[in-house]
Amino acid sequence: MSDIKRLDLEYSQLESDRMRINVGPQHPSTHGVLRLEVEVDGEIVTEVVPHLGYLHRCFEKHCEKMTYLQVIPYIDRLDYISAMNNEWPYVMALEKLMDIKVTDKVEYIRVIMAELNRIANHQIAVATFGLDAGAFTPFLFFFRDREYIIWILEKMSGARLLYNYFRVGGLAADVYPGFKEDCLNIVKQVRKTNAEVMDLLIYNKIFIQRSANVGILTPEVAINFACSGPVLRGSGVKFDLRKDEPYSIYDRFDFDIPVGTGEVGVVGDCWNRNMVRVNEMEQSCRIIEQAIAQMPDEGDVKALVPKRIKPPKGEVYMRAENPKGELGFYIVSNGTDKPERIKARGASFVNLSVIPEISKGYMFADLILILGSIDIVLGEVDR
Amino acid sequence: MLPNEIYDTLKTEFGDAVIEYNDQQPTDSFILIGADNLFDICHTLRDKDAFLFDYLMCLTAMDLGENVGVVYHLYSMTHKHRLVLKVTAPKTDPKIPSVEMIWRTADWHEREAFDLIGVNFEGHRNLIRILCPYDWEGHALRKDYVAPEYYHNMKVSY
Repeated sequence: MSDIKRLDLEYSQLESDRMRINVGPQHPSTHGVLRLEVEVDGEIVTEVVPHLGYLHRCFEKHCEKMTYLQVIPYIDRLDYISAMNNEWPYVMALEKLMDIKVTDKVEYIRVIMAELNRIANHQIAVATFGLDAGAFTPFLFFFRDREYIIWILEKMSGARLLYNYFRVGGLAADVYPGFKEDCLNIVKQVRKTNAEVMDLLIYNKIFIQRSANVGILTPEVAINFACSGPVLRGSGVKFDLRKDEPYSIYDRFDFDIPVGTGEVGVVGDCWNRNMVRVNEMEQSCRIIEQAIAQMPDEGDVKALVPKRIKPPKGEVYMRAENPKGELGFYIVSNGTDKPERIKARGASFVNLSVIPEISKGYMFADLILILGSIDIVLGEVDR
Repeated sequence: MLPNEIYDTLKTEFGDAVIEYNDQQPTDSFILIGADNLFDICHTLRDKDAFLFDYLMCLTAMDLGENVGVVYHLYSMTHKHRLVLKVTAPKTDPKIPSVEMIWRTADWHEREAFDLIGVNFEGHRNLIRILCPYDWEGHALRKDYVAPEYYHNMKVSY
């Protein structure tokens, strides 16, 4: 298994007419409306040129015409698979600007919501990666479980996917009766499914042969491209904002940062990136369990929410560890109730930019897997 | 290293190219530098052992009225410190050196800044639009931008 799958062929002998192929924009394995212009030499990819913008709606221009509170629903639509996580850095940035300290109960609910959503996101990521590799059953398992998580989030916020739940200084609603039991049941279910998927997909021989040693991203390249999240950790870089720059109350929990180990294949290949996601689900389960045990019952989650959000003049960059990587919001306030400029630094956008670098020299079918292992959402890429 | 220490070190090395240090709350403290020496300063920031800013978190372009500004948020994986750099250029001739050769991630960020604000990054190897169509006219995030009424005979509705 240690030999690298990159094909060491003598190009001078083999080269034939190169061909340019369009993948997408309407193609199930591009995970949205992404168009890749691929140059192939036979079956070997020689160049990849991504063309973005099919979902561009100039989110940042919209923000300049909205009040701060009206921006939150738009932020849900960036990475629509993990909307709870998206709202978090935005409200944290405004809280920093306005110097608001939120209560403990709010922090705990935020952590639980974000970690539940992280599990749901990784379930989709691993499931669709399996689907790209041709494994259909784990996809069904994961989607069954994800629905239970979504039910909890729906009971909390009223919406299935686009929650609009976080508020500056608090939350839109308190927990419902029986919330803790629901969460603990979910954690049990997630662990059960993960154990099944380990046998069925992750350590499956066919899956290993398909995904190990493919799309190798070295740590130096990953950092230079500012990759983040599982893409960076899959390359063996132990970097997680929850540990390295602890925001909120993440310093109170005991959890590990899974990194790519090269247990199968090479550190930084598709298999290792995927494995990081599976391990992260377990760590999220641990955080949820601890948060539920520590969460105070008393307290009003809306007590500190200001009636009018009018931050003082200033600018702030706040980032948080999203399931896909680092989501940062750079907010420039001009002292009115509308932002002067909001820049969203999406993890998908930055992680996707590494695709031309890591997919050269592999087979065309591997390109689809490499794209799947990056785990992009086009809502965040195109904004 | 704290931002003010970095400022002092840069000031001794580059002199007048480093213009100003600002730490007024609640703004994150930043260093304003001249556009001409941007590439050299960034190169020093990435490679000097005391700095090692190997991770460009975010690159933002802004419309500042008379000028356009570009903001760099840097982070060091080794030293775990961060820094905010700012440069400005007049809106009539918005030329700013590209840092795409230093941090490859700046490639797409700079293309986005060119697309939406119209900053002309000198030295970028492939400065074309990224989010808007390649033949789109105007730069959408400028404050005085007016969307065209038609694009290829299709109505541009709002």
